[in-house]
Amino acid sequence: MFPNLDIDFVIFGIMPYMALTVLVVGSIARYERDPFTWKSSSSQLLRRKQLVWGSILFHVGIIVIFFGHVVGLFTPIRVLDAVGIPYWFKQWLAVLIGGPAGVVSLIGATMLLHRRLVDPRIRATSSWADIVILVLIWAQLIIGLFTITQTIQHLDGAEMVRFMTWSQSIVAWNINAWTDVVDVHWLYKLHIFLGLLITMMFPFTRLVHMVSGFAAPFRYLLRSGYQIVRSRRSRALPKRSGPVAVAPGGGVPPRAVSQPPSTNAGPIG
Amino acid sequence: MRIRAQIGMVLNLDKCIGCHTCSVTCKNVWTSRDGVEYAWFNNVETKPGTGYPTDWENQERWNGGWERTGAGKLQPKQGSKWRILANIFANPDLPEIDDYYEPFDFDYDHLKSAPEMEAFPTARPRSKITGERIEKIEKGPNWEEILGGEFSKRSQDYNFEGIQKQIYGEYENTFMMYLPRLCEHCLNPTCAASCPSGAIYKREEDGIVLIDQEKCRGWRMCVSGCPYKKVYYNWSTGKSEKCTLCYPRIESGNPTVCSETCVGRIRYLGVMLYDADRIEEAANAADKTDLYDAQLGVFLDPNDPVIAETARADGIPEDWIRAAQQSPIWKMAMEWKVAFPLHPEYRTLPMVWYIPPLSPIQNAAEAGAIGMDGAMPDVRNLRIPLRYLANMLTAGDEAPVAQALERMLAMRAYMRAKTVEGVRDEAIAARVGLSGRTIEDMYKIMALADYEDRFVIPTTHREHVEEAYDLRGGCGFTDGNACSTGISGTSLFGSKKKPLKMPTEAQ
Repeated sequence: MFPNLDIDFVIFGIMPYMALTVLVVGSIARYERDPFTWKSSSSQLLRRKQLVWGSILFHVGIIVIFFGHVVGLFTPIRVLDAVGIPYWFKQWLAVLIGGPAGVVSLIGATMLLHRRLVDPRIRATSSWADIVILVLIWAQLIIGLFTITQTIQHLDGAEMVRFMTWSQSIVAWNINAWTDVVDVHWLYKLHIFLGLLITMMFPFTRLVHMVSGFAAPFRYLLRSGYQIVRSRRSRALPKRSGPVAVAPGGGVPPRAVSQPPSTNAGPIG
Repeated sequence: MRIRAQIGMVLNLDKCIGCHTCSVTCKNVWTSRDGVEYAWFNNVETKPGTGYPTDWENQERWNGGWERTGAGKLQPKQGSKWRILANIFANPDLPEIDDYYEPFDFDYDHLKSAPEMEAFPTARPRSKITGERIEKIEKGPNWEEILGGEFSKRSQDYNFEGIQKQIYGEYENTFMMYLPRLCEHCLNPTCAASCPSGAIYKREEDGIVLIDQEKCRGWRMCVSGCPYKKVYYNWSTGKSEKCTLCYPRIESGNPTVCSETCVGRIRYLGVMLYDADRIEEAANAADKTDLYDAQLGVFLDPNDPVIAETARADGIPEDWIRAAQQSPIWKMAMEWKVAFPLHPEYRTLPMVWYIPPLSPIQNAAEAGAIGMDGAMPDVRNLRIPLRYLANMLTAGDEAPVAQALERMLAMRAYMRAKTVEGVRDEAIAARVGLSGRTIEDMYKIMALADYEDRFVIPTTHREHVEEAYDLRGGCGFTDGNACSTGISGTSLFGSKKKPLKMPTEAQ
C-alpha cells in the first residue's frame, strides 16, 4: 500500500507524535478518570531488603539522566552558539555526567529487578506492567551505556548535534525531522525506539508517579506550615472574631453545674 | 482565637476486659480487604508488652511524632520538610510488614475436600501475600495476649522507663492491663504534617483526620510520621489507610463501630471545643511533662457564655455547642481530670483519651488496712506501678495519674458508703477535691455508663456542606474511585483483574 514507506520514517517521524499524544492524553485521562490508581506503588513495606540501596541508586541516577536528556536535547543550538559552548565540550559533559549516572542507575535497577523477580513477596504482588516497565528501563540503561562506545568515536559532538536537531525538529512540527537520524548507528536507533516505547507506556504504568514526584517538593515546601484542615462548608467560615461578649439577655444560659469544675491541684487525701 | 469543634473519645481502661469485640467489628467493617489484612484500625494490646507493631512506642527507633529542636522549633521527628523529601525513594523509618505480622489464613477447604487419608486432615496456614505455605506462624496481631511470651521480651515495653522492672517478672508481682488503640485524631497530627502530597487532612467541622485516597501517592511518610503507628500502607492499592472514626456513622449521630459494640461500655464519644490558634504553642511546650497541662489549656469551657458566643460567631452550630456542654469527654478530661492523652510526649495532642485502670493492692498488709470507714489505700501500692501508667499517659508525671486513681477509689468508697450504709459521706469526696454530687455524676457516667451518657454526638450539618439536589441518585459511600467498589474488573491503568465476590444464595 505504501511501497516507499520507510521504517525509519515510521519510528523517527511518526512514532514521536504518537508517543507524545499517548503520553499527554493518556495521563490526563488517567488523572481525571482514575486518580485512585495514580501512585508510586511502593513495595518497601513488604520487603526492605535491596530496596533502600536499589531505589536510591536507581532514582538518583535516572533523575540525573532524565534532566540531562531534556536539557541536552532541547537546548536550542542557537543558544549553545550564542553562549559560546563548543560542541565537543557539551559532548564531553554528556559523557562524563551521563556515563557515571547511567552506571549508578543501572546498579540500582539491577538490584530492584532482581528483587522484583526473585523475592516471592514482591513477585507475587507485581503486576505484569510492573515487571515489563522495569525490564524495559533496565534494557534502556544498558543500551544507553553501550551508545557511549559509539560516542567516543566522534567526540567532536557532530552526532550529538544531529540528535538535538532531530528532537527540536520534532517539536517544531518538521515532517522531515526523521532524516536527521536515518543513518546513525543502530544502537542509537534502538535507544530512541525504546525511549519512545517507554513514553507511550507511561500513562498505563506506575511511571505516572514521576509527575507526582516532581510536583511533591513544590506542593510540600510551598505549603504554609505543616498542617492541612479541610472544610466542606459551601460558605466561607466567618473571620476570627476573638472573644465575643454576651449580649444582655442573649446567649444560652450555662448548663446547671452542681459545682465549679475542680482543679488539678485539689488536695489529695 | 479560632474555636473549632472536635469529636473526642475516652476509653475507661478500668472496665476494659480485653474481649477484642471492638477490633473484630472494626476489622469486619473496614479492613477485610486485600492489602490491609495485616492492618487493625483498632487493636487491643496486653500491657506490659511491646505491642503491635512491635515496639511502636519506642520513638528512638521509629522517629514518629514531633520533636522540639534545639532552637525551640517544632518539627516532625523524622525530619523537616527537606529531610522528608530526601527520604522519598526509601523511607529509613518505615516498618516492614514483619514488624506487624505476615498476614495468614488457613486451608479450611482442605478439611472438607481432603481425600480419605490415614491422618486426620488439618488446616495449615498460608501467607495472604504470596499464597505460599507458612510452616510456623511467628507473629500475629495480638501476639502477647494475656502476657504471652517471656518477660524478658515483653519487658522491653517503653513504659518501663525509670522503673526497676525485674521484680515485675516474678509471678507474685506480675501485673497486666489492656490497652485498646485506634487513631488518635490528633489536634497536631504528624501523619498529615509528613504527607508531601497534602492528602491527609483534618476536618474543620468535627476534627476527624482522613486520607484523601485520590490524592495519596503512596510516599508512605505518614506511616513513619505517626508515632502510634496507626496509618497503614495498603500494599495492594498502594495507598495509605487509617481509622476514619467511622465518619459516615458519626455524621449521622451514631457512635463508631468500636464504641457501639463495646460490651464493657468503656468508650465515650463527645464534642470538645478547642482554640485552633493555641495548638502550636501547646505542642511546643518546652518540658515534656508540661505537655499534658498544655493540651488541657487548648480546650475551651463550653459552659462559659463568652466561649459559647464566640463559638457561635466562629460558625459552630448551636446543637454542637449544646453537645459540647453535655460532653462526657469534657467532664472526664477537664472537670474530673480522670482521663489522659496517650503519650503526650509525642506532641501530637491526641484526642483519644484514657482513664487509667485501678488494680489490686500490692501489699497484703495494706490490703487489710482498707476499712469500711472509707480510708483509702495509697495508689502507689497498686499492683500496676504508678510510674508505668504515668509513662503511658502523662509523659512520666505521676501526680495527675495518682489524683485520677484516688478519685476513682473515692468514687467506690463513696458509693459503697451510700448504698451499703446509706450514708452520703462528703468527707470522702472532699479528700479528693470533689463534692458528693460530682462523685454521683461520675458514678452515673463512668460506672453506669448509659448509652445516652456515653455518646453525645450531634449530627453533621449537611445544609452547610452539600446540595441535596446534586446528590440524588448518587452512590453513597464507597472505598474506591467514585462509584466503584475499589475493585475494578477491567482497567487500563494497571489494577489487577479480580472478580467481585458477591454472596450467593444457597441452593
